[in-house]
Amino acid sequence: MIKSRFAAVPYGVWMAIFIIIPLALVCWYAFTDASGAFTIDNLADIGRYTNVFTRSIWLAAIATVICLVLAFPIAFLISRMSGAKQTFMLMLIMLPMWMNFLLRTYSWMSLLENNGLINRLFGLIGLGPFEMINTQGAVVLGMVYNYLPFMIMPLYSVMTKIDRSVIEAAQDLGASPARVLSKVIIPLSVPGISTGITMVFVPAISTFIISRMLGGGGNLLIGDLIEMQFLGNAYNPHLGSALALVLMVVVLLCMSIAGTLDNDDVEDMLL
Amino acid sequence: MENNVIVRLENISVSFDGEEVLNDFSLDIHDREFVTLLGPSGCGKTTTLRIIAGFLYPDSGRVLFDGRNISSLPPHKREVNTVFQRYALFPHLNVFDNVAFGLRVKKLPEAEVKQTVSEMIEMVGLKGFENRRVTSMSGGQQQRVAIARALVNSPRVLLLDEPLGALDLKLRKEMQTELKRIQQRTNITFIYVTHDQEEALTMSDTIVVMQGGKIQQIGSPQDIYNEPKNAFVANFIGESNILNGVMHDDYFVEFAGAKFTCVDKGFRQDQEVQVVVRPEDIKLVAPDAGMLNGIVKSTVFKGVHYEMLVEQAGYTWKVHSTASEQPGAQVGMVIGPDEIHIMVKPEDKAGD
Amino acid sequence: MMNKGLKRASVVYCAIIALFLYIPIGVLIFFSFNQSKSRNLFTGFTLNWYKELFQNEMVLKSLGVTLLVAAVAAVFATVIGTMASVGIFSMKRWQKKVIMNVTYIPIINPEIVMGVSMLLLFSVMKTLFGHIGVDFSMGIVTLIIAHITFNIPYVILSVNPKLRQLDRSLYEAAMDLGCSPVKAFFKVIVPEIMPGIVTGFLMSLTYSIDDFVISYFTSGTSQTLSIVIYSMTRRKVSPEINALSTIIFVVVLTVLLTMNIVDIRKETRLRRQLQREVRR
Repeated sequence: MIKSRFAAVPYGVWMAIFIIIPLALVCWYAFTDASGAFTIDNLADIGRYTNVFTRSIWLAAIATVICLVLAFPIAFLISRMSGAKQTFMLMLIMLPMWMNFLLRTYSWMSLLENNGLINRLFGLIGLGPFEMINTQGAVVLGMVYNYLPFMIMPLYSVMTKIDRSVIEAAQDLGASPARVLSKVIIPLSVPGISTGITMVFVPAISTFIISRMLGGGGNLLIGDLIEMQFLGNAYNPHLGSALALVLMVVVLLCMSIAGTLDNDDVEDMLL
Repeated sequence: MENNVIVRLENISVSFDGEEVLNDFSLDIHDREFVTLLGPSGCGKTTTLRIIAGFLYPDSGRVLFDGRNISSLPPHKREVNTVFQRYALFPHLNVFDNVAFGLRVKKLPEAEVKQTVSEMIEMVGLKGFENRRVTSMSGGQQQRVAIARALVNSPRVLLLDEPLGALDLKLRKEMQTELKRIQQRTNITFIYVTHDQEEALTMSDTIVVMQGGKIQQIGSPQDIYNEPKNAFVANFIGESNILNGVMHDDYFVEFAGAKFTCVDKGFRQDQEVQVVVRPEDIKLVAPDAGMLNGIVKSTVFKGVHYEMLVEQAGYTWKVHSTASEQPGAQVGMVIGPDEIHIMVKPEDKAGD
Repeated sequence: MMNKGLKRASVVYCAIIALFLYIPIGVLIFFSFNQSKSRNLFTGFTLNWYKELFQNEMVLKSLGVTLLVAAVAAVFATVIGTMASVGIFSMKRWQKKVIMNVTYIPIINPEIVMGVSMLLLFSVMKTLFGHIGVDFSMGIVTLIIAHITFNIPYVILSVNPKLRQLDRSLYEAAMDLGCSPVKAFFKVIVPEIMPGIVTGFLMSLTYSIDDFVISYFTSGTSQTLSIVIYSMTRRKVSPEINALSTIIFVVVLTVLLTMNIVDIRKETRLRRQLQREVRR
């Protein structure tokens, strides 16, 4: 193993060409115009899309919070189950993840439609129909549905490491259930919470599928904007790169706030 | 003992990150001997072993094997095998395949492999365990597999790096006897690294006491115990009372405020020396009946004997005796000439 | 630890979450057997949509592309990634830190940014290669390159912990017993880290098959299954999608179940063996 450092050379070269150079190109395109001259117009242009940015951040944030609230109890419950039950529940949670993402989102289209199943059910009890598809609520729902397991898994993996006796010790020392939760379980789950937040927030803020399929045309997100600049009608890779650059900065900022960056166990939790 | 040297280390120096581990270290190891490198952690004993095995190349100096310079020979080409500290058994192989590993690497015919491996497994007392997973075995059993795996290659020299460290006390004693038996039966040179002085005294033909990357003393267990060369050795091997003294003449030394006859000679007149007296060599007698008088400070029962601390003229003696004295009692102490070991006082203060 | 009421509440909660996760999938599957094209009014049972799906050239071809890309990308990613892990393991601290930070980029960065950045690279390459008269168009090759790129980090992340758990002296023991360094690596290190390598390979395979966003930007003229699904969802409603969903769900379920059963079998065999040994 003395000289085996060199085994990493192919990887190093590969990542330099296909990760570093492409990201450098994004920066370069962001600061140039079609003729290749330096400009900051692209970044300045983004000001026109402030509403799209705020909407993306806002919807992704709501979805992340809902995921956290829904995931925390279930992750804890699973982590306290017996071996076989645990495996079963994890399978149950993971299985939908293995379905194609587009199909999962598509399924909600048929449920939320104006004459969709949910409205039909409401109709039976004399309510509705409600305008559900093509709303911001539908987009948030799509995000929660798709990314909920991303929140459950990291929470679960830190929670299984919480020794039962730690909780019992807290109870023994006179802590009420609420105190056990706030003084023991939540603090010990922090690494999982921050990983979970990142793993939900990042894909949620950059999606263009969910907004397109469930949000109609009126709820553009950053992802849609970027996609339009590269493959859509608005073709302008320079503006698209500027948008991508800003998106990266936003994501990095959010992650440093969530504290994911200085989290050494990211590795355990992603796997 | 034959004088044929099998491993010779010549002026070896090694340093890690600027810290010198071995400094101009030279050592001869004779064929078919059980040699123990003994010393506290960080004394360079494991480093010495790794240099002989080939896992580490010295910064300077030479390693000779049977007269041949093997300083730059990689480990797989050396005629030595190692029993590792935590056994390093291959978890993906069963007992038989672990032991057979080296022979199969050498591409020996499978029939021969089977024969040799079976014999070796039997010798270490693991017959019937051939197909067991090594991960499901106890520490002692794993230890035996590790020894068999190394010995099956019939190395000229077997290196053992604190192999008993992970075992409990009873098993450790058993394995000590076992190792000595195996060494005598196979007639292979054993180089054994340990920090446990008792282990070293039990098994070795020769003990090399090391400290700070230097050899402090080489000798038979008896020599090392009875005639420690300096305070470090005296302290590290067994328990001792070490006092400053003055050698007035041959066979005549003064320490602890009294004059004693001893068996040492050849010192300058009035040379300052250090005197070692083992706690079990001090006889307690009635006050004023001995050479020294003291007061018992404490008495602790140790099983085989009582350990007493006796204060005398500002020095606290450690005394072992099968009879106990009450703390506070006045006692006399007798030390025979044979029990007084004189050491040259080190010039510097490194000795304490 | 829990009183009865709390216990019941927790069962109910688990059930609600499970319903939330599975109702949409159940509805998809249910309507794949629907005679009419409606996706919310059941008019009668049929298997027609499955028949049509299997006659759909585009779907079948894209399935082939998907599997080919996934297999090739997973093999390359596993080899490069495993080598990288071994290399990284013997690096100095700061080197390790630098290379691991690069490794995290594809995992942390939004997929769309990764896709777009590679799209830029490939279009620049097309121009550059064009100057020397080589046609470099986006297609299956760029798709494979992109997939290898986002797969390698997962391989590294699954092999790294196995290397860390490895007892360093195993490698020395193998050399001590006569193996050359290269031989020692393959005879001792590789078997030890094999579970990590296999996990990495399987993860690569699944991520590749499942990927849409990065493929969408780097596929050029070739179409993976995800891209075909995307175009199907954009066009007029077609129950073929439901049929496809059903098939994918069944395949995934089968794979997961067999994997678990194999796992459980292995465990029981081990336990039985242990019991036998204890008795002896």
